[in-house]
Amino acid sequence: MSDWPILTAITFLPLAGALIIMLIPTDAAVSARNIKNVTLFTTVFTFFLSLYIWFNFDNSISGFQFVEKHSWVEDFMEYHMGVDGISMLFVILTTFLMPFCILASWESIQKNIKEYMIAFLVLEAFMIGVFCALDLILFYVFFEAGLIPMFLIIGVWGGKRRVYASFKFFLYTLLGSVLMLLAIMAIYWQTGTTEIPLLIDPSQATTPAAQAKLTIPASMQPWLWLAFFASFAVKMPMWPVHTWLPDAHVEAPTAGSVILAGILLKMGGYGFLRFSLPMFPLASADFTQFVFALSVIAIVYTSLVALMQEDIKKLIAYSSVAHMGYVTMGIFALNAHGIQGGIFQMLSHGLVSGALFLCVGVVYDRMHTREIDAYGGLVNRMPKYATVFLIFTLANVGLPGTSGFVGEFLTLIGVFQVNTWVALLATTGVVLSAAYALWLYRRVVFGQLEKESLKSILDLNTREKIILYPLVALIILFGVYPVPVFDVTNASVDALLTNYQSALDAAKSVTQASVSN
Amino acid sequence: MYHAIVFLPLAGFLLAGLFARSLGVKGCEYITTGFLMISAVLSWIAFLTFAYSGDGPQTIEVLRWVNSGNLNVNWAFRIDTLTVVMLVVVNTVSSLVHMYSIGYMHHDPHRPRFFAYLSLFTFAMLMLVTADNLLQMFFGWEGVGLASYLLIGFWFKKPSANAAAIKAFVVNRIGDFGFALGIFGVFVMFGTIELSTIFANVDGVSKTEGPVLEFLGYSLGADSALTVICLLLFMGAMGKSAQFLLHTWLPDAMEGPTPVSALIHAATMVTAGVFLVARMSPLFEYSHTALAVVTLVGATTAFFAATVGLVQNDIKRVIAYSTCSQLGYMFAALGVGAYGAAIFHLFTHAFFKALLFLGSGSVIHAVSDEQDMRKMGGLRKHIPKTYWMMIIGTVALTGLGIPGTVIGTAGFFSKDAIIESVYVGHNAFAGYAFAMLVVAALFTSFYSWRLIFMTFHGKPRASADVMSHVHESPNVMLIPLYLLAIGALISGVVFYGSFTGHETGGHHEGWYNGFWKEALFAGADNHILEEFHSVPLMVKLSPAIMMIIGFLGAWLMYIRSPYIPKELARQHPALYSFLLNKWYFDEIYDFLFVNPAKWLGRFLWKKGDGWLIDGFGPDGVSARVLDVTSKVVRLQSGFLYHYAFAMLIGVAALITWSMFGGAG
Repeated sequence: MSDWPILTAITFLPLAGALIIMLIPTDAAVSARNIKNVTLFTTVFTFFLSLYIWFNFDNSISGFQFVEKHSWVEDFMEYHMGVDGISMLFVILTTFLMPFCILASWESIQKNIKEYMIAFLVLEAFMIGVFCALDLILFYVFFEAGLIPMFLIIGVWGGKRRVYASFKFFLYTLLGSVLMLLAIMAIYWQTGTTEIPLLIDPSQATTPAAQAKLTIPASMQPWLWLAFFASFAVKMPMWPVHTWLPDAHVEAPTAGSVILAGILLKMGGYGFLRFSLPMFPLASADFTQFVFALSVIAIVYTSLVALMQEDIKKLIAYSSVAHMGYVTMGIFALNAHGIQGGIFQMLSHGLVSGALFLCVGVVYDRMHTREIDAYGGLVNRMPKYATVFLIFTLANVGLPGTSGFVGEFLTLIGVFQVNTWVALLATTGVVLSAAYALWLYRRVVFGQLEKESLKSILDLNTREKIILYPLVALIILFGVYPVPVFDVTNASVDALLTNYQSALDAAKSVTQASVSN
Repeated sequence: MYHAIVFLPLAGFLLAGLFARSLGVKGCEYITTGFLMISAVLSWIAFLTFAYSGDGPQTIEVLRWVNSGNLNVNWAFRIDTLTVVMLVVVNTVSSLVHMYSIGYMHHDPHRPRFFAYLSLFTFAMLMLVTADNLLQMFFGWEGVGLASYLLIGFWFKKPSANAAAIKAFVVNRIGDFGFALGIFGVFVMFGTIELSTIFANVDGVSKTEGPVLEFLGYSLGADSALTVICLLLFMGAMGKSAQFLLHTWLPDAMEGPTPVSALIHAATMVTAGVFLVARMSPLFEYSHTALAVVTLVGATTAFFAATVGLVQNDIKRVIAYSTCSQLGYMFAALGVGAYGAAIFHLFTHAFFKALLFLGSGSVIHAVSDEQDMRKMGGLRKHIPKTYWMMIIGTVALTGLGIPGTVIGTAGFFSKDAIIESVYVGHNAFAGYAFAMLVVAALFTSFYSWRLIFMTFHGKPRASADVMSHVHESPNVMLIPLYLLAIGALISGVVFYGSFTGHETGGHHEGWYNGFWKEALFAGADNHILEEFHSVPLMVKLSPAIMMIIGFLGAWLMYIRSPYIPKELARQHPALYSFLLNKWYFDEIYDFLFVNPAKWLGRFLWKKGDGWLIDGFGPDGVSARVLDVTSKVVRLQSGFLYHYAFAMLIGVAALITWSMFGGAG
């Protein structure tokens, strides 16, 4: 284990970059370029620094690594950071996507560049913090604080209906966060601690009495589970609290959409894995069917809705909801396949949907419209664009050989072992996704290039190639050789399942004991 | 060697796909074609050395793939006789189609892309047939689907081609839906999706007492569970092989360039379903119900597609329906347990059907890209080489031969083997299948000769301008035809003994051991390939009789008295349009599935999301909130800052509370 606080460094490095930018005066003509360069440099440097974690990560350890712990508020809050096999890859995903977001904003953002870049760097810091925080309060602070820059990004640099979109986002998130905050308070009252490692694995406590105190009583679990669920379900988003997402995506600038789809949605799934399953195992078991039902509805319902969309971004947003349905379904299958599939699906979706939104950004920057009908025949002028867009579309459809397939397959095989009806209905999503994704592709890319406005459209420029080509490579690499991801997640997922099972067994023996008494 | 066979096409695809500009068009063509030729030669070497040696199945591991819990899947090749037979089929036809395309696509500006796609297809198909586990098979399965999608839609400016491409992919996905569920079921039952382990355990699993699989609320015992799994896998096969109900994509797929139709939609990809059932024969042998369904669907398809083929006017569509029908023959044979006969027909069919498609491509090439046979006629003199190649393809398809001897074309051996084994088959639909297949043989002969007569005989119906341009194809297109013609003529007689186990003398112990070894499996009560050698003479003669009647009928109606077809169509308008419109499947499916899905999508969007969720959720709430806060909003710069502000206050309040209240 390293002695220097690598996680803190990664988390706060973007903030340092933001501070530097604040010092750059905005009046000079060169300042815009300086601001962008500093931001890009900061994010790239953060990414390379975060790779240090992956290279030094011990795959055989199921617990937290690179742990830092300092007292913050005496006896109550701790600055406690660390990563395990579940959270580590999300940190990498965040730092990886960030430079692409900055590059994607390079020319499309013209007003308030300084504020924009600061918002993104602050956002990055908070997002990394969410995945590293090992204290409930700290987690909550990062989790909620991250919303502020996101609001600003949508609300200030968004499209025409940005105010409506952010208001909607606000209402949904408010509901979730208030409930989660209450739940966190309740947990603290009950257990006397907010330390995540202790709460998710009470067997770490030294005495049986302490262990008992750390275990959330069965009577409280459903309420706390629901409170956390409210927050995570909105984030995910799960049906029927998903309607903020299409609006938010449509209004957000390209980079905002990438972060929204790539990282922010993953916080919901991460929350289920980090909190709901380990802290409330009994409730999780009880609510499994409920989650399955919502997931299946999400998959079928939003896929059908995606079919009829007229706005490219909205279509991809609805398809995101469907894909997140696989994630929740897989996680609550509560076996290794489902959970690993869920994690993989989240990582893959982070890349794929991010890439798709970047693709939309490419044509939006040129044509300033997202209407599907405004396009058609792009392949005639933009063959390179057509190729990368096709690969991302196919990954979105879950074609084997792309990363999209691995997660979908594992979540389905995981849930099939638990509930075949759910698996059957969810598998229909495979047909529907092919229909809406290929139809979109056909309407935008194939056909004659007839529209006058498109006649002079240009293919990918160097900056766009730098953004999109690495994503193509990664999506195929992880489709053909996903082993590195499984190697990282294996131990932690196993431990999660073991703890979950022993919690269920313990509860069962308690009930049996009480019955026999 | 096997690495080279499988990965050379991939290398060709990558080179032509990524470096088209530096390689040049010619470079791309020669590299992909050259690589495929090497693969084809190696495949024949592999076939001859492996199939006729005593070696059992081998596994060659390439790379780890998915490791999650107890699911461990590698990229790996399973080498057995079935694999090497498919290697030969795929690489032979593919290399010839590559070569042919050099001539056929001569005028197309996007040739590097075309050859890249062809090689990509070949690679995916090879991954499919060499798969040592179901997941890799699924990879190949979807991979060929992708290549098919790309090649059907190759001329992306044509709306009809784009629509056909999507239709092919989506209909195939419906089949894949079943295939995927079948894989899940196999995993639950066997704890693995690796083929050799499944095959080793199937006997033990089939004897398990009590429920082994929970499916849709039913607890299934070993027998019913195997039936369910086999039927799900078969659903995948139905999609890929365009069987009845999931066949609608295949005729539309003819929108693609003709070499594509020959390679993908005749010789190789569409036979993947047949391959799948044969590959999984150790499972199917344990479910008589599933096998009966396979026969039922196969025989129905053979009949249905042949009826539609009778009246089509597009030269490629006739052959497409013919393919559909012939695939039905193969499934009928699979269903009665005659796996060897089915694969034999797959093998011979690849030669003569690719020949027919490439030949029709040569025709289309000659008449300035016209595909409507009503605008052809009288081409025999102008393109004699193509004509004779088409004749060879036709006699091979219709199964010309002298019953009771070893003189005959490829189809004579393989199709008759199927009809005879169906006759002696024991499953519930064997009798039905026999009747359907014999009638279909008549139709086959009729539509095949109708095609020949309409295209090559009679007076020219094309415009004088077109006729003046009619020319024989260059050698680069004709040589593949010659080679395929050799296959169409002799592949039957040469390999009949090997494929159907004839040479081992009918000993049940031995009949799969010599050639197929463990690649195909026959249960203890499956003696089909032994019994079919002793069928009544009438059964042996029936295909030949049907062939002659079909030929005479076509001759009568299209050479001697050409007014008869029009007269028939006029007298039976309902029947005629029923057949012409392909039994109205497309219309029915639009009505049942496509339009309701669109309607439902719009309904859920506008009413579900818009009216219900938003109306009673955020919009309703925000409307109320806005009423209250409108004044406040006016005072402040914007509500975004409110939230930020509220957040900070909230966090501060929390900390304060915890410091002074909660913690104390």
